[in-house]
Amino acid sequence: MVKRAGAIGGPIVSGAVFALILAALVAVMSKANWPISFGVSDWAVVRFTIWQAILSASLSVVFAIPVARALARRQFQGRSALVTLLGAPFILPVIVAVLGILTVFGRTGWSSQLLGIFGLPPLSIYGLQGVVLAHVFFNMPLATRLILQGWQSIPTEQFRLVGQLGLPPYEVFKTLEWPLLKQVLPGALALIFVICLTSFAVALTLGGGPKSTTIELAIYQAFRFDFDLGRAAILSILQLVLAGTSAMLALWILPPIVLQSGFDRPLVRWDARGNFPRILDAIYIGVATIFLILPLSAVVVYGLIGLVKVPSTVWFAAWTSTWLAVISTGLLIIMALPVSAWLGGSKKGGAETLTLLGLAASPLMVGTGWFIIIYPLADPQYFALLVTALVNAIMALPFAVRVLVPGMRQSLVDYGRLNISLGLHGFLVWRIVLLPRIRTRLGFAAGLAAAMSVGDLGVITLFANPEWATLPLQMYRLMGSYQTTAASGAALILLVLALGLFWICDYWGRYAES
Amino acid sequence: MLKVERLVVQQNDFSLRADFIIESECHIAVLGPSGAGKSTLLGAIGGYVPLKQGSVFVNGRNVSNTQPDQRGISMLFQDGNLFPHLTLTQNVGLGLRPTLRMTDAEKEQVHQALMCVGLAGFESRKPGDVSGGQQSRAALARMLVQAKPLMLLDEPFSALGPALRNEMLELTLEVAREASATIMIITHDPKDAERALDQILFVNAGQAYSPMPTADIMADPPVALSAYLGL
Repeated sequence: MVKRAGAIGGPIVSGAVFALILAALVAVMSKANWPISFGVSDWAVVRFTIWQAILSASLSVVFAIPVARALARRQFQGRSALVTLLGAPFILPVIVAVLGILTVFGRTGWSSQLLGIFGLPPLSIYGLQGVVLAHVFFNMPLATRLILQGWQSIPTEQFRLVGQLGLPPYEVFKTLEWPLLKQVLPGALALIFVICLTSFAVALTLGGGPKSTTIELAIYQAFRFDFDLGRAAILSILQLVLAGTSAMLALWILPPIVLQSGFDRPLVRWDARGNFPRILDAIYIGVATIFLILPLSAVVVYGLIGLVKVPSTVWFAAWTSTWLAVISTGLLIIMALPVSAWLGGSKKGGAETLTLLGLAASPLMVGTGWFIIIYPLADPQYFALLVTALVNAIMALPFAVRVLVPGMRQSLVDYGRLNISLGLHGFLVWRIVLLPRIRTRLGFAAGLAAAMSVGDLGVITLFANPEWATLPLQMYRLMGSYQTTAASGAALILLVLALGLFWICDYWGRYAES
Repeated sequence: MLKVERLVVQQNDFSLRADFIIESECHIAVLGPSGAGKSTLLGAIGGYVPLKQGSVFVNGRNVSNTQPDQRGISMLFQDGNLFPHLTLTQNVGLGLRPTLRMTDAEKEQVHQALMCVGLAGFESRKPGDVSGGQQSRAALARMLVQAKPLMLLDEPFSALGPALRNEMLELTLEVAREASATIMIITHDPKDAERALDQILFVNAGQAYSPMPTADIMADPPVALSAYLGL
């Protein structure tokens, strides 16, 4: 039989990713002091990491349920804009959001000033509460979209039936909504838990201190401040075991990632009439919107003010970040296409596990490992951009693959026989069939990758050097040296870059349809 | 000429047996209850279903281990015969040049084929912008430019209304005559066979019987066939 698309490239790329991560792990382990011993402080770090992830996941989901329910059963002006906005935190650079959150909830922020008017003490945001707040900011919208998507999968006819029978709200919840939540919630919880488990930039900016350090942050500190490779190694192994196990467990309940569009099916609800539920829904939607909009508008407003104060290093860093994102996105596409064609052509499950390594393996561990490998051979800083671009691409791979695989699978199912009958194989299948068929999905995946890469504050911190930096790193430095105005300007530039890169890729994908 | 020699296909607990010869330029109706193995038979001849035993010869050449596109066979499926993102010209052009890099002469040939099936002026439309009947016409135009000696049709017109289906059957026969091709077409309507096709190949419960002239078999149908036809 003819080789399927991706049948060779898929395993090669997956193997290469696996080898890259494994090499880093081996390099890190070689520096560890055997036998490995975990100190009291290591356990404290592990406890904090798990605890904040549990809190972040459950709070995100708990807040998301009423918002999703309200969005599912209400029609109003701007509803679809709001649903689109819920997708924004996914491509929003972490450091930008953190600055926005600080402006609103920080010690000298808007909320604290408001509290001051009533003679109350200002909010304290650093530590567990700040980390969880930022995680909820990022993941509550994600959870809302996942739950909303599930809610809208309940056929309209069932709600019509419920309305006809005149069931009270509690019965509606029990018969229609609870079974659905039971299906959707574990996946949403697991996904957010895994995402928060490997969180670095949030912990770096809002956590810190011995009491609120995630494993990822501890790796950075061991490496950067103490150059204690042994400790970095121990922490990396801990991280791999912890995130790896969770990712494996989560794999079986992970929800699929859906394209930006959709969710607009009008739904007439007969069970939610009356003023009280209507007011309650309005409150849920209003609070969620304000929670999302306030930090973002803070970034825009202060960004415009700060734009004039931005030093030239920021513009230079913006340029560096842009082509870093371009390289990273290119690498991602090269990896994601064969892997997703391969997975799309094979039976479900199984092989998909491979891509989750990207989620499980900590970027800092991979970065540290490659630093150790390169160190004796050359100055690692020469390779900083390449390693960063590659690690960013690997981190985006699981998301890209989850976006692409359904499209690949569909194309192969619908047109597999036609391809064979016309003698289309090898690169011809890609050019004539697969690429045009998955173009929309590819644009979306590339947009995600570009935005994630341009906003990433992770591996680059390991290789940081005073002479050059990426934009998120430069912004972090400005924040660290209390140049808040310049940092705000940089944040706006970064925001525009991330959204712009996403928009360009996504637009390219959709352009074919018209 | 198509020769199917002691062919056995095994799919889980279903097996299909066939052993027959079809003369060149014959027009064959493949008839039989659903689940009898009609699609499997065409799939096995076309190279989409692996053979357990036996051989398939097209014009005397053993093609049992040949790739589907190298067998001298063109095939239309129930659905998914056109790529929705390509124009009708490109879809037809794939039958000549899988790379779609066509010479002027080839472009002209595609144009002629589209004209022949009544699609002049629709060259740059996409399948989504034309009717179901026009999609079938485009698929037939591709068979015309492919000009293979054997054409297999697995109920490609089943989604069309009765009048349109007749029209497509006529057009298919025209295309087959134009290309001097043998055709085998799966149908559910014995009237199709009586009206337009030379022979009937009856498939029942995993056994394909040798084709017989339509008039003969209809005059004295075997028991299984009359049961299927409800006679």
